[in-house]
Amino acid sequence: MTATAISHSSAAMIDVEGVSKAFGETKALVGVDLSVPAGSVQGLLGPNGAGKTTLVRILATLLAPDAGHARISGVNVQDDPDTVRSLIGLAGQYAAVDETLTGRENLVMIGRLYRLSRQVAKTRAQEALDRLGLLEAADRPVKTYSGGMRRRLDLGASLVGRPHVLILDEPTTGLDPRTRLDTWAFIRDLVADGTTVLLTTQYLEEADQLADHIVVIDRGKVIASGTSAELKSRLGSDLIEVEVSAGDLEPALAALTEVGCRKATVDTERSRITIPVCDAVADLMAALRYLDHAGITPRDLGLRHPSLDDVFLSLTGRNTADEDPEPASITGRRTRGPAASRL
Amino acid sequence: MSAVSNKAPIAAAVKPVKLPTSAVVVDAMVVARRNLIRIARTPELLVFATVQPVVFVLLFRYVFGGSIKVPGTNYVDYLIPGIIVQTVVFGATSTAVGLSQDMSKGIIDRFRSLPMARSAVLAGRTIADLVRNIFVVGLMIGVGTAVGFRFHNGFVPAVAAILVALMLGYCLSWVFALIGLSVPDPESAQLAGFLPIFPLVFASSVFTSIKSMPGWLQAFAKVQPITRAANTVRALTQGGAITHDLLWTIAWSLATVAVFAPLAVRRYRNG
Repeated sequence: MTATAISHSSAAMIDVEGVSKAFGETKALVGVDLSVPAGSVQGLLGPNGAGKTTLVRILATLLAPDAGHARISGVNVQDDPDTVRSLIGLAGQYAAVDETLTGRENLVMIGRLYRLSRQVAKTRAQEALDRLGLLEAADRPVKTYSGGMRRRLDLGASLVGRPHVLILDEPTTGLDPRTRLDTWAFIRDLVADGTTVLLTTQYLEEADQLADHIVVIDRGKVIASGTSAELKSRLGSDLIEVEVSAGDLEPALAALTEVGCRKATVDTERSRITIPVCDAVADLMAALRYLDHAGITPRDLGLRHPSLDDVFLSLTGRNTADEDPEPASITGRRTRGPAASRL
Repeated sequence: MSAVSNKAPIAAAVKPVKLPTSAVVVDAMVVARRNLIRIARTPELLVFATVQPVVFVLLFRYVFGGSIKVPGTNYVDYLIPGIIVQTVVFGATSTAVGLSQDMSKGIIDRFRSLPMARSAVLAGRTIADLVRNIFVVGLMIGVGTAVGFRFHNGFVPAVAAILVALMLGYCLSWVFALIGLSVPDPESAQLAGFLPIFPLVFASSVFTSIKSMPGWLQAFAKVQPITRAANTVRALTQGGAITHDLLWTIAWSLATVAVFAPLAVRRYRNG
């Protein structure tokens, strides 16, 4: 990256203090704090309507907070938006590139708007196209691109400005699983050179895969924060999952009360009991004995590591699938993009 | 916001970016170029934009024209200056549609997150629409000439006539910029653009003399900018008293820009 006066020490590159924002009656953000060290990838995880996009829009100078401060590299987004804009790159869930322009024309345009000379913008566009793997398609209109190519161009477009902070708002929402994997690889590649990244996602797996540090927000509040491993360890090290036939659910639950180190969760629909355990082997053997003693043969039984889904469930009491639709006012006018699909 | 925190040392390390004055021009040109490429690569849009005025020319020249009598003129020479003004005014409404499309596609958010002049997206849009209007007006003069229209007042006044029409169209574009930023989607932009334009274009001297209108309507038609512009273009291409209508047209145009450009830029800035 460029030589600059900015010290890439452990100082916070993104710094959010007590930021609140309401749209009429809807409280989109309530006193959110966030601190992202330089060169790290921060995951911002939450369901639709949690306030992720609102925070992104505040950091990208598109929206003013009602209260609190947001700083990029120490610069307050409200006091000096032009400096902040020169430090950030924004890519969103809706590929915001021009379809009638070619990939190259899009990049040169954005380079010019980052205040580069025509010549430098052209050189940087060429470099970026190479890095995006779009050299061959560089001079074709973007409307001929596949969904994945388009998303890559969108994610990579700000590279021409060599931003210090990359803000990726739900970078894989609406992509098919295959393209999502490609996009992950691409994002990993982007962050390899030390760019600080804030990544919002509603996919737990995505945060798990890409982020060094994760903040979980729900209904405008930070409800948990830590590394993926730390968040998972909140649930105990492992989980025993027992699936029984519907009639055996109650007796099985009674039989297993002694097993595990925390309260079991029950999925009545699938007759499944999930038990957080502290000593996996001892607890698994105990579970087998108790079930056998009660004369219950489980349909399925296993030991697994907790997923971020489990964390989310235990934090919010809701599944990630039980999401409220995001109020239209939070995303402002951008309601015409592709509907978010979930895996 | 004055709270200086313990992050102050880093703040000092980041050089504050101040947009150069030239950014207003450079960025507007970058955006205008992008919009012009779009127009050039979607010729079907240009065709739609030109079909309508051509239909009006044919309709009023051959269908209604026979029964419209404007004393002292050959009707086709009366009509075409009016059509030129109508064309630039309708052309100005495309500013609303174009901006609204950009808003709905999220590209405006990208522009707003870049260190560029806050006026550039709107200036670039209105400039591109001006260039498009130049093309369409040229075409209308061609079509007009084919159906019998002639310049009867010399070359320089003819050029001035075209410039006056384009000036009005450009200035009105800023009204439609504000509309485009204020409506929820491009379809609404289309509608909201045409609503104020219809009474202005039809209750004017574009197609016929306002003297045949009832008194109350005449009072409105007489002062409004489209009548003034149509009269100016007519006088410049056909001869007759120019000054009064020309000054009115210029005054209307400048007043429109003075009011609506700041409103539109503020709307863009605040999202």
